[in-house]
Amino acid sequence: MRDVSIIGIGQTSVGEHWDRSLRHLAYDALAAAMRDAKLERADALYVGNMLSGEISGQAHLGSLIADFAGLRGMEAIKVEAACASAAAAFRQAYIGVASGLQDIVIALGVEKMTDDVGSRLTAGLASAADADYEVIHGITFVALNALIMQRYLYEYNVTREDFAGFAINAHANGAGNPNAMFQRPISKKAFMKSGMVADPIGLLDASPMADGAAAVVLCPTDQAREFTDNAIRVKGSAVATDSLSIHDRRDPLWLQAAQDSAQRAYRQAEVTPEDIDFFELHDAFTIMAALSLEASGFAERGQGTRLACDGEITLEGKIPITTRGGLKARGHPVGATGLYQIVEATQQLRDEAGDNQIANARLGMTQNIGGSGATIVTHIFERVS
Amino acid sequence: MTIEIARHWRLKSQRYQLVGEVCPKCSNKMFPPRDVCPECADDSAQPDFKFSGRGEVYSHTTVHNPPDGYQEMAPYTVALVKLEEGPLITAQLTDVANDAVKIGLPVEMVTRKLSTQGDEGLIVYGYKFRPQLATA
Ligand SMILES: [Zn+2]
Repeated sequence: MRDVSIIGIGQTSVGEHWDRSLRHLAYDALAAAMRDAKLERADALYVGNMLSGEISGQAHLGSLIADFAGLRGMEAIKVEAACASAAAAFRQAYIGVASGLQDIVIALGVEKMTDDVGSRLTAGLASAADADYEVIHGITFVALNALIMQRYLYEYNVTREDFAGFAINAHANGAGNPNAMFQRPISKKAFMKSGMVADPIGLLDASPMADGAAAVVLCPTDQAREFTDNAIRVKGSAVATDSLSIHDRRDPLWLQAAQDSAQRAYRQAEVTPEDIDFFELHDAFTIMAALSLEASGFAERGQGTRLACDGEITLEGKIPITTRGGLKARGHPVGATGLYQIVEATQQLRDEAGDNQIANARLGMTQNIGGSGATIVTHIFERVS
Repeated sequence: MTIEIARHWRLKSQRYQLVGEVCPKCSNKMFPPRDVCPECADDSAQPDFKFSGRGEVYSHTTVHNPPDGYQEMAPYTVALVKLEEGPLITAQLTDVANDAVKIGLPVEMVTRKLSTQGDEGLIVYGYKFRPQLATA
């Protein structure tokens, strides 16, 4: 197996791009990543996306985007794993290069959500859950997370207020990210006063839907110097699955797929959670941030909110998370989110994170969650120079 | 439309009678039914098992922004119900005020309209749960 590095990154801003269609957004990010790597061609493209069929009436994104980007003929396919689609696409790109079958590979995540903001979008997002046994009962994506959070509050004797730190930290960091959808800090008072979306989830527990695209270029580490002198190594890569529905899990309050994929990534990278300098986790809802920290080994079971309450998740804390705003403030273009996380981790490790730069960051971790925890993708990246 | 009806018809014994399965090897009781037991991976034919329909609320929330087909019921409460035989099941609660629902509330299965689907207004029926009557 070959060692693999990231040699180019690109992203669009996250928000409501009324003037840009799905293919334009995809091209913007792809072209930026190829410019960054000083490339004109690649061997393959893996496109992460969840909702193009539902919202844009468009399947078959591999061909569409390769052709639109002037790369007609190239191997290109779409990868779908709900909100974890982009990190799953990255994983396929990694496998392509690591295996020796492909040399220069692009992983792209793109989502166009604002063309339908009503009940059709709600239904599309819910399709990440079990159609016959969850969705048929009128469940929504936020309701699934609310069911987990309600039980969490009951089981571990914590309150809604204990989750405030996750949203406050994300918005504070979003203020330093020019591509973030929300670039203004929020107060604890605003968090507590925000309206209920699905009890106990309030508006400021939830990440915003948005349009966006992000891309990276991968190549074998021993060829990376031909393109760049700030290549970032992929040190650990893993995908794990759990039951699609919450009701089929042995413990609905435990992200088994986060534990499994994190442990595999730690083993491959030969590191432990103590070695990780920052963690781009999947804070689609504040409850997911807590569960992710617990299952990935940064907090004991039921103690995830402690890290937020004690300030350990800020840029100066023990384990900084969502350092560029996370899903909460950068925004959550679902099938693109996993590559925003990877682009942002690369920025940190290249010392390109501006106001949000973590001093001496050497090892960064990303974790992208599909559905209510059914597919979880964990990666660990390392600064080489 | 025909396919949509088949999709719901196929599930009628689950939707109307809460029929799951019991694993012949490890006695694990499953709802919904599966081809392979998730506990012991046994894939031999599994006998039907009809759940009693009694259980308690494990978790709950209220949906204010429903998907297509559910608007007329909103706001409604969805719950994870812990069946007395073991499994958790996802369902709506009915015959109870949204803010009167608490974790641990004893509930029982009833058959109700789940949603109105498609342009033809196909009505899908199935299980919901209501507070157990005192005599139950
Ligand atoms: Zn069994």
